[in-house]
Amino acid sequence: MKNNKRHSKISASVRKEELMKALHEMGDSMYEKLDKGVFPEVVFPSRSVRNIVYDEKLLQYVLGDSRVKRSSQNIKHIRPFTQLVWLAHFANQLVKQGKTSTLRDVYYSAQAYNIDFKDQPESDDIITDLEATLCRAREEFSIYPEERSAIFGDLTIEYTVKGYEGRKLNLDSHPDGYLIGPSLSTAELVETSAEMVIAVEKGGLFSRFVEEKVHEKYKAIIIDTAGQPPRSTRYMLKRLNRDLNLPVYILTDGDVYGEHIAMVIVSGSANAAHLRDLTVPTAKWIGVWGSDITKYKLPSDPMNEQAIKRIYELRKDPRYRKGIWQKELEVFLKLKRKSELEAFAKYGLTAIVDKYLPEKLEYAKSL
Amino acid sequence: MSKKQVSFSEISPSEFFYRNRDLAGFSNPSRSLYSAMRELVENSLDACEMAGILPDIFIRITPLDSDESKQDPKPYVLRVQDNGPGIDPKNLSYAFGRVFYGSKFKLRQARGMFGMGGTMSILYGQITTNRPVKLMSAIGDGKAVQIQMMIDIRKNAPIVMDKQVVPAEGISGTSVEVTMEGDYFRAASKIQEYLRQTAVITPYANLVFIDALGRQFFYERVTKEMPVPPDETLPHPYGIDVEALRRLLQDSEEATLLKFMQQNFHRVGENTARRFLEFSGFDANMNPKSMETLQAVSLVEALHKYDNFLKPDASCLSPIGKDILKKGIEKELKPEFIAISVRPPSAYSGFPFIVEVGIAYGGKVLPQGLSLLRFANRIPLLYDEGSDISFRILDQDIDWRHYKVRTEAPLGVITHVCSTKVPYKTVGKEYLADRPEIERELKNALRDALRQLQTYLSRQGSMAAVQRKIGIYSKYLPLIAQFVTDLSGAKNLPKYQQLLDSDSDGEDKTAEPIDPVGKPPSDEPPADKAPAAKKKTTKPKAKTTAATKKKKDAPPVETIKVEGQKKAQVEKKKVKQDEKQQTTFEDFG
Repeated sequence: MKNNKRHSKISASVRKEELMKALHEMGDSMYEKLDKGVFPEVVFPSRSVRNIVYDEKLLQYVLGDSRVKRSSQNIKHIRPFTQLVWLAHFANQLVKQGKTSTLRDVYYSAQAYNIDFKDQPESDDIITDLEATLCRAREEFSIYPEERSAIFGDLTIEYTVKGYEGRKLNLDSHPDGYLIGPSLSTAELVETSAEMVIAVEKGGLFSRFVEEKVHEKYKAIIIDTAGQPPRSTRYMLKRLNRDLNLPVYILTDGDVYGEHIAMVIVSGSANAAHLRDLTVPTAKWIGVWGSDITKYKLPSDPMNEQAIKRIYELRKDPRYRKGIWQKELEVFLKLKRKSELEAFAKYGLTAIVDKYLPEKLEYAKSL
Repeated sequence: MSKKQVSFSEISPSEFFYRNRDLAGFSNPSRSLYSAMRELVENSLDACEMAGILPDIFIRITPLDSDESKQDPKPYVLRVQDNGPGIDPKNLSYAFGRVFYGSKFKLRQARGMFGMGGTMSILYGQITTNRPVKLMSAIGDGKAVQIQMMIDIRKNAPIVMDKQVVPAEGISGTSVEVTMEGDYFRAASKIQEYLRQTAVITPYANLVFIDALGRQFFYERVTKEMPVPPDETLPHPYGIDVEALRRLLQDSEEATLLKFMQQNFHRVGENTARRFLEFSGFDANMNPKSMETLQAVSLVEALHKYDNFLKPDASCLSPIGKDILKKGIEKELKPEFIAISVRPPSAYSGFPFIVEVGIAYGGKVLPQGLSLLRFANRIPLLYDEGSDISFRILDQDIDWRHYKVRTEAPLGVITHVCSTKVPYKTVGKEYLADRPEIERELKNALRDALRQLQTYLSRQGSMAAVQRKIGIYSKYLPLIAQFVTDLSGAKNLPKYQQLLDSDSDGEDKTAEPIDPVGKPPSDEPPADKAPAAKKKTTKPKAKTTAATKKKKDAPPVETIKVEGQKKAQVEKKKVKQDEKQQTTFEDFG
């Protein structure tokens, strides 16, 4: 068993050092310019809609070649420029002091420095600008959204957050699971005996999986994505997959929105096209498929118009033009019905774990 | 058949004006109170200025009856007192008691033209209240003469009812106290406006006004400089008419027409007179007194036809001058900016005139929009603005967009026409007739003053832009410096201050055209944004070119050239920018 334990390849502390270095270099070059009497500027990839393209190799949306320059000389630019520099400074402080901040915290913190964000969306935009500038997710510079999802399973982590440095924890000690928050996101993944990760869309099913000991039966780490997974969760999935070589399986509700949750885990979102490390291209969506609704005779509800409209939209998306994605989208369109994960309760509360999951996992091998 | 007898009788000038008082501005109780006040004030100012005395004018309007509940119109006592030279006691009663009928051939600029304003006021008081006028005059010999008198309208002569001589304690001046029916309630705003505008045009006068409600208005003297008083001058040949010539001939003491021409006309010397008489075919040695009426008519025709008379000179005019006008505007209108334009002397029909224009811009006194203050021979013209030539020019001939003056901007336009004969359209002295010569001079002066304003405004504009820019830089650059210092770990702040100085010329070297994106979150792709940004910058450029093209003094060729250069610069910068971007791509890996 011990031999099966996998170890993280890229240490979180290395990434942290790289980030500090990037921030330092940014400050250095601007300092030099100011000192020479030159207006500093910053160049980063344009995040405009037309600069977002699908990368067939990376299997995710990426930003194209368009770049934008923001110069402190330009009267229209200097305000967002200053905000960006402040944010870099703020992120630097956060990382240095080992503190975290929410998006809302950032908005309010700015006021202490006479940086006037007119509202939170404006500060959120500047945060995204800094992500694009540094090519890093905001979580890396300790800025987190409010929403959090959970993880459970045999995974030993080692904290790097202040006050917990070096402390280790195994994530199977608490049956309600652990919040994938700032401290978990920055923790080193030390070792695991798990052989796969199962991400489920809903907290209810997550609890059932823990109850039914899916983590033992399938040697799995279970993750509750709580709907569309937040970035920290996607980042965690990425690390589990990349660093610990764990295959990732995704279970969602049987409708177009569920399918898209899986897709975002696999290939990311357009909104995060400027970021890497948030996708798990090898992750498998194992259900609930449209074809499962008929195959398992699941109780179902008619889709509403919006959902059908969404199907038409996704059909145009390059990522949905092949394989299971395309096939199931067409099935949904034909059925115009949807089934939730809980629908399996029709066959008993444990049916989904005992019957459906092993069948789908087996099938997934052929995907 | 009954025969109706029609009788003709001579009427005196007093009676003539009594019967036609509407023409002179005494049409109703409110207008009459206003007219009487201004006639007396104008007499006082004229008297002081002719004597070179800085005017102190005291004006008081008091209800005759102290019972305040009495409604207007009602009798008022109007008193106007000055510190002028006074009037010789011998002439005092006649100066005010007779409408002068005589040859006023000597010309010079004065407020009153017909010498009848004061008498009209007294006459009006007499016919509405039947009370005598109280006059007092001191000529500086230690005595003051007080008389009470009425006017015998038919005889055109004063009736002195009481006369006293009292010690004057070294003061000189004249005071007139008329009791007349008036309507102060209706006249108040015009009277106050008249005095305010008078204060604008005569900043060297102290004006004190105590109104019917006991309120005191004080317009204080701000300069001791007075306009140079005008010389008396002879009439110019172009300005003479048959009647005037006939009287000149009657009164002439010269033996020959040649001498007569030289002695009675403005700027006519022996040579001019001789050449003119040759031109007109009159005998130079003819006795002027022997000229017949028909001959006089043809002489006047010839005088008007002859092209080689010298133009009238302006010594008989007394313009206010740049400095005094500026002080008056400053004091009463308190504007942010003043432009003055004084035109060189010009003439119409043989009458010399000078146009002076002041522009007052901004400040808190002037209301929004255009206020026109018209003056003629230093008299404020308050009525019939819409008919006046200045108004018409401002309304129709001035292209305000050209001068970049916003319509809602507080703007005061002051026009002053001074002449030996102001071409009023009516006897009421309220607005000027459209004389092409005067119109031309007014236009030139207005345009000149507006150009000064335009220069000021555009300088203000660019200064404001630079100020704004520096303001923005000095708000954000220190913050940037602070944060990058922290990021880089340097000990001291970078020398960013130099950026605040070096860019104060306002020229943005790497502004919009290179840099496609302004706002942080952009929904449009930069590929499209670049041309969009280019459009943005070229558009205003096109506008300014159009504007400069309109300007007469800016040749269009030059602007096109400038535009071409700019374009080339922009393209150069673009290339540079592309290089820069290349390197940054590599940096990002």
